[in-house]
Amino acid sequence: MTTELRRGFVLCLVALAIFGLAYPLAGTGLAQLLFPTQANGSIGKYGSTLIGQQWSGPKWFHGRPDSDNPLKANGRPGTSGAANLGPRSKVLVSETSKLIRYWRRQGVTPTSDLVTTSGSGLDPDITPSDAIAQIPMVSSATGIAPQRLRQLIRAQTVEPELGFLGPAYVDVLKLNLALARLR
Amino acid sequence: MFHFALTLVALAAVLAVAWRYLGSYMAAVYGGRVKWLGFVEGPIYRLLGIDPEHEQTWQRYAGSLVVFSGIAILLTYLLLRLQGSLPLNPQHLGAVPVALSWNTAVSFVTNTNWQNYAGESTMSYLSQMAALQVQQFVSAAVGIAVAIALVRGFSRRGQETIGSFWVDTVRGTLYILLPIAFLAGVVYVAQGAVQTLAGPVLIRDPLNGVTQLIPLGPVGFMEAIKQLGTNGGGFFNANGADPFENPTALTNLLSISLLLCIPVALTYTFGRMVGSRRQGVALLAAMAVIFAVWTSVTAFSESQPNPAVAAAGLTRQPTGNMEGKEVRFGALNSALYGVASTQTSTGSVDASGDSFNPMGGFGLLTGMMLGEVTPGGVGSGLYTILLDAIVAVFVGGLMIGRTPEYLGKKIQAREVKLASLGVLVMPVTVLVLTGVATVLPAGRAGAFNAGPHGFTEILYAFTSQGNNNGSAFAGLNGNTAFYNITGAIAMLLGRFGIIIPVLALAGSLAAKQVVPASAGTFRTDNLMFVILLLGVILIVGGLTFFPAVSLGPVVEQLSHGRFF
Repeated sequence: MTTELRRGFVLCLVALAIFGLAYPLAGTGLAQLLFPTQANGSIGKYGSTLIGQQWSGPKWFHGRPDSDNPLKANGRPGTSGAANLGPRSKVLVSETSKLIRYWRRQGVTPTSDLVTTSGSGLDPDITPSDAIAQIPMVSSATGIAPQRLRQLIRAQTVEPELGFLGPAYVDVLKLNLALARLR
Repeated sequence: MFHFALTLVALAAVLAVAWRYLGSYMAAVYGGRVKWLGFVEGPIYRLLGIDPEHEQTWQRYAGSLVVFSGIAILLTYLLLRLQGSLPLNPQHLGAVPVALSWNTAVSFVTNTNWQNYAGESTMSYLSQMAALQVQQFVSAAVGIAVAIALVRGFSRRGQETIGSFWVDTVRGTLYILLPIAFLAGVVYVAQGAVQTLAGPVLIRDPLNGVTQLIPLGPVGFMEAIKQLGTNGGGFFNANGADPFENPTALTNLLSISLLLCIPVALTYTFGRMVGSRRQGVALLAAMAVIFAVWTSVTAFSESQPNPAVAAAGLTRQPTGNMEGKEVRFGALNSALYGVASTQTSTGSVDASGDSFNPMGGFGLLTGMMLGEVTPGGVGSGLYTILLDAIVAVFVGGLMIGRTPEYLGKKIQAREVKLASLGVLVMPVTVLVLTGVATVLPAGRAGAFNAGPHGFTEILYAFTSQGNNNGSAFAGLNGNTAFYNITGAIAMLLGRFGIIIPVLALAGSLAAKQVVPASAGTFRTDNLMFVILLLGVILIVGGLTFFPAVSLGPVVEQLSHGRFF
């Protein structure tokens, strides 16, 4: 029994050294060497292209309505996560109604991504049709011709990887950066 | 739709390669014929003071496994409790509370990875790496070791021993999990997963005035072993939905491939070790049928509009139910990920299961209720479906009036009792604890959604923990003393309550001689057996859980026009 206890303890420590320290540290070293941008969060001056931001006002394209896009700086990062409202939730009905009314007031015919929250609460992307739906709003607020905005969206559209993996999407931060350059 | 079909073809192609080559590689690893990491393996055996040639009886094997797991729980618990005083803690997080540390330690050692915490605001980098990620390797290797021990029971004749727990565990981690996880980790990072020891970064976007404190960490390589070991415990609260864990549709497919590859390939390993590849193919066929049906049901359900969103006024939802889903994956890929993750014992999520349509949620929940055998977790899938196979040959034997045999071994009273025990532990655990939680105020308080969906959240939690899955209808507030303690009980019973009968079975089978096949032998490598096995899996799972499921997702599906 004492031999087994000793073996159990030794194997736990060996595993800690190899899989808890050597593996992640070697991985970190390699990641920082080969892919420093990605390994550090794809972060530029305007934020991370992988982490959604709240865009308010009609001058910008909006992302998913992750209402409490949680990474507010109050000294400590908030937590990611979904709203977790069920498919027959009264709360979800009323929250969604509010969003639909909001978009109608902006002159936008809402699409489902624009009135539903994401799985992470941080979704950085929308589909091209979500962006196209917002053209009337952005165009009248910025004075940029709808045709020009349509071209902009097309240029920013990322086609499915390998031609078939996942839907085509637009990164909202990149789209708005391109929009800012246009002004 | 066409794109999704291509995704399924790509997945099938990857798994076919893994089945053939990873399958035979694993047979070689556990046969002691793979030695390229001998310079690490040898010194480990010397530290442990064991002779790798020395084998154990089933009692010794089980004893070592229980002792090792007990120490692992204790060490994990201590690391979480002490994290405030340990290094690699850039956010200066304090100790993880007592009940939560206990639940989390049990969760990771039992390969469950149920998470009653949000990683980015609870766990230091050291805890993520040295407490949790370590167990993602080790618990996976323990699961595979048990499956291999059971297969040895079938392939050996008149022997006392079933292998060495220490050797099997060390070989599984070094030769199988470590190299694949490392390569996959590089891909995750290349696609955008973060991997750094630096703390959170503060951003002020001059365009819109938004301020964000973006959490980082050593994520990408943890993601690799989280999927490969069918663990499922992510670095961040959003798990595989978080863009830093699962940045692209490519990593999404990689995740699905990783979590399926070992359980699928083990059917090849099994066939190879018992000397007939067709026996493994029969198991794989049964697995594939259920997986395909559940994928179709769940993907179809998620391609439909979300009823609450429709009731709010948006009836046209051409991309399906996008509530709780990420744009870069879409509804269909999220459904596939959910099915793969619940029918293995992974439990990672790339979308909110809580917000799936009723029949989509049904798909996730019932995938676990079938015992996670399609293809199941690493090792646990194979050993659990072998229990079902023993029940199937027993039922077949009753029908034709012969002593049942499986792979040449006579299946007698002791084997049938052990297999039945192993099959029944999980449903009893899940149903009793769900009943208790539904009766007690402390249990009901956890439900986040109202109506039948709230009940489903509770049922889902115990089904997930009793099956060592770890996925959740995450609205449930599980970080209470009640759920931390009852959940840990479910996880311990769901793990060791099955492993110990399985090892006893391995010992009993290894001691038997082989009966030569005769004209009256019931064949276990043909279509008839696959149908019988499917019958056992579906009837045992279906009958035990039908009443409970009726009260949850079924009621919800039938409540047209009603909201809670």
